[in-house]
Amino acid sequence: MSKIIKLKRGLDINLLGEAEKKITRLPLAESYGVVPSDFEGVTPKLLVKVDDVVKAGSPLFFDKNRPEVIFTSPVSGKVTAVNRGEKRKILDIVVAADAEQVYENFQIKPLESASKEDVTGILLASGLWPFIIQRPYGIIADSAGTPKSIFISGFDSAPLAPDMNFALEGEYDNLQKGIDVLKKLTDGKIHLSLKAGTNGVLNKLTGVEQHLFEGPHPAGNVGVQIHHIDPVNKGEAVWTVDIQNVAIIGHLFNTGKVDMTKIYAVTGSEVENPQYVAAISCAPISSLISKTAIKSQPEGGSVRYISGNVLTGKKVEEDGYVGFYGNQITVIPEGDKYEFLGWAMPRMKEFSVSRSYFSWLMPHKKYVLDTNLHGGHRPFVVTGLFEKYVPMDIYPMYLLKAILAGDIDKMENLGIYEIVEEDLALCEFVDPSKTDIQQIVREGINLMIKELN
Amino acid sequence: MKGLRNYIDKIKPNFEKGGKFGALHSTFEAFETFLFVPNTVTKKGAHIRDCNDMKRVMIIVVLALIPALLFGMYNVGLQHFRAVGDTVAAGAIMQCFWFGFLKVLPIIVVSYVVGLAIEFAFAQSRGHEVNEGFLVSGMLIPLVMPVDVPLWMVAVATAFAVIIGKEVFGGTGMNVFNPALLARAFIFFAYTPYISGEKVWIAGLSKGVGIVDGFSGATPLTNASESVITGEAINWGGTSPIDWFLGFIPGSIGETSTLAILIGAAILLYTGVASWRIMVSVFAGGYLMGLLFNLIGANAYMEIPAYYHLLLGGFAFGAVFMATDPVTSAQTNKGKVIYGLMIGAIAVLIRVVNPGYPEGMMLSILFMNALAPLIDHYVVQANIRRRNKRLSVAK
Repeated sequence: MSKIIKLKRGLDINLLGEAEKKITRLPLAESYGVVPSDFEGVTPKLLVKVDDVVKAGSPLFFDKNRPEVIFTSPVSGKVTAVNRGEKRKILDIVVAADAEQVYENFQIKPLESASKEDVTGILLASGLWPFIIQRPYGIIADSAGTPKSIFISGFDSAPLAPDMNFALEGEYDNLQKGIDVLKKLTDGKIHLSLKAGTNGVLNKLTGVEQHLFEGPHPAGNVGVQIHHIDPVNKGEAVWTVDIQNVAIIGHLFNTGKVDMTKIYAVTGSEVENPQYVAAISCAPISSLISKTAIKSQPEGGSVRYISGNVLTGKKVEEDGYVGFYGNQITVIPEGDKYEFLGWAMPRMKEFSVSRSYFSWLMPHKKYVLDTNLHGGHRPFVVTGLFEKYVPMDIYPMYLLKAILAGDIDKMENLGIYEIVEEDLALCEFVDPSKTDIQQIVREGINLMIKELN
Repeated sequence: MKGLRNYIDKIKPNFEKGGKFGALHSTFEAFETFLFVPNTVTKKGAHIRDCNDMKRVMIIVVLALIPALLFGMYNVGLQHFRAVGDTVAAGAIMQCFWFGFLKVLPIIVVSYVVGLAIEFAFAQSRGHEVNEGFLVSGMLIPLVMPVDVPLWMVAVATAFAVIIGKEVFGGTGMNVFNPALLARAFIFFAYTPYISGEKVWIAGLSKGVGIVDGFSGATPLTNASESVITGEAINWGGTSPIDWFLGFIPGSIGETSTLAILIGAAILLYTGVASWRIMVSVFAGGYLMGLLFNLIGANAYMEIPAYYHLLLGGFAFGAVFMATDPVTSAQTNKGKVIYGLMIGAIAVLIRVVNPGYPEGMMLSILFMNALAPLIDHYVVQANIRRRNKRLSVAK
């Protein structure tokens, strides 16, 4: 067994509402919505019209810039709506699910004789290719390229994140198959990072190089793991796949069918009984957590639904859909309330990394945190803070300033290739100047893509 | 508090753009957010945020300044009554404090009124929220002034520091030099007699009314630098290191008591608001430089025990409150150590080698403010080289 990589920097935010370890299998929802904005940098071109009948795994749209990358329907049924926003931007494509699901059948060659092109072809055709994310930039991988290695994070360290060993308990065959499939795509290694001290289905996987990580969030971020195992340099690319999606890829190669069923952790302080559910990807939020399962709010209060975790997730409306990449739903109270002299108060119920508050005295307390910004936007003032929450050899403040200045050379030199938004999400959380750091990072990455291609 | 909130909500439209008092929007917002943390929710990125904000950070620094301020007020009274030979009053703590309070309060008021007025005006013209930075600067400025400084001079110096030192660079967070020190430096160079010599450190001394015959208002630092000129042994004017530590000596209002400053330092370090790296390394730099001079030992000033330097003049105040300003100091952890060591060393160097400037701390910090970006540049370059090396190894 490899040695444990110990990370000191980072932060675990203890929140109330961890999912209880039981899985409820949900019945089919009425309709499913694929949201193109889940896919970074993709301009959708429709392949279906309203009233078209689709199977699970049938194409819905493709990327205008890379026509080979197609996106498929998670369920079989009828396309009932294509909702558009400003400038006719496609917001979502809604498919009403059949009671009896029919699957597109993909012809799978035995893996032993399959070439990289065969595997790539099936992943592209089935719409599972978008599961493969490329670093740098955190965008869907280039199907013509070959990565120097592929990284899989076997645990999620974000607040209230699902326990992957538990969620994937019965998925050994699919996981192993998925890994065998991924092995076809690279000449290098498949790296699987696990949390030190855990033992479960993921520890049994073979054909991968296992790494053990110890430490607070963001130890589970694949970007942090890459940095410590085999960092991305200029001109190189590695690919990453979410561990749940490895199982879905494996399932496709085992059965020839696209089954987008995933395990979601339904979490957050406002959920009555937080637990795990099994549901098909792109399901409506309301099917995962009904309104009655939300704790009653004080007068004038409301809740926020987040597809994902509180640091990096996407805000979704009550009638929205679970994101394509999501494996967690979090429901927390909205913080749209005034607080009299709040900045001068002891704020015993709030959480802060600053010792000017008292939460450091209660390391095991589980907090109910709302969405209040707790202050106004200011220029950067405090220094030396961000570094404590980025376990990489990177100067976050300098990188952010390089991005703000649009200085391509500096961004490159300071490590833009090694990070995506989630890696600096904790900086955004702790920043007393309330800077929108994740947005700055994405703008920087988009600028790099634009300038270098 | 509901009533107050409702009242604010009622008058708020007047201050919106196009409202009756639209030109005072930033001012209104500053007061509103002072009273109530706004109901803004996160729109992008992380959905939850640390409850720490700029107001909290700044108020902690102001809090840390309070011990030095209170002692400073007391000491102003004490020094005055000693100068006029009123031993009874000098023994009465409250009387000393009250005298000092009345002397110091106007300086604080002038500093805040002038500084905040300029900040509000700039925030308004830029359409920004008012920044909290001046809450600290406005308190620092009086504390580094001699008590007899004319108020108009405080006003001019504050205006200079805020406009030229801060706003022309874009406001708090963008400035190169510590605004409070800039205010002091402005008076130091523009009106030198009012901030140096023997007369200005004690209230009433420069007017000379009722002063005990032969009383000298010289600070121990002045005494020390004079010895360099005269070539004689240092006459500490009857004060001892324990007086310097406790602060019963003439000097700028807030700088005399190392003890009161250390209480502030404890608050800053405990809350993590100031960098311990900077603070520790400033003291270390000063001490090491003092030791180095001990080795040379060319005159009486070089021979004083190295720890004297840390107790004298504005050394401790500068190390704790000025050098640690996050905006103008080095920003990388390694850079902070270098920056701190250099401040300490240069401050002592200036004191000992150049008797024309008895107080080296101010110039040393301002000088290192200018060099801080350069230090950081080299630290960051080292990081870049590491990354590039990795690349060439990989190939």
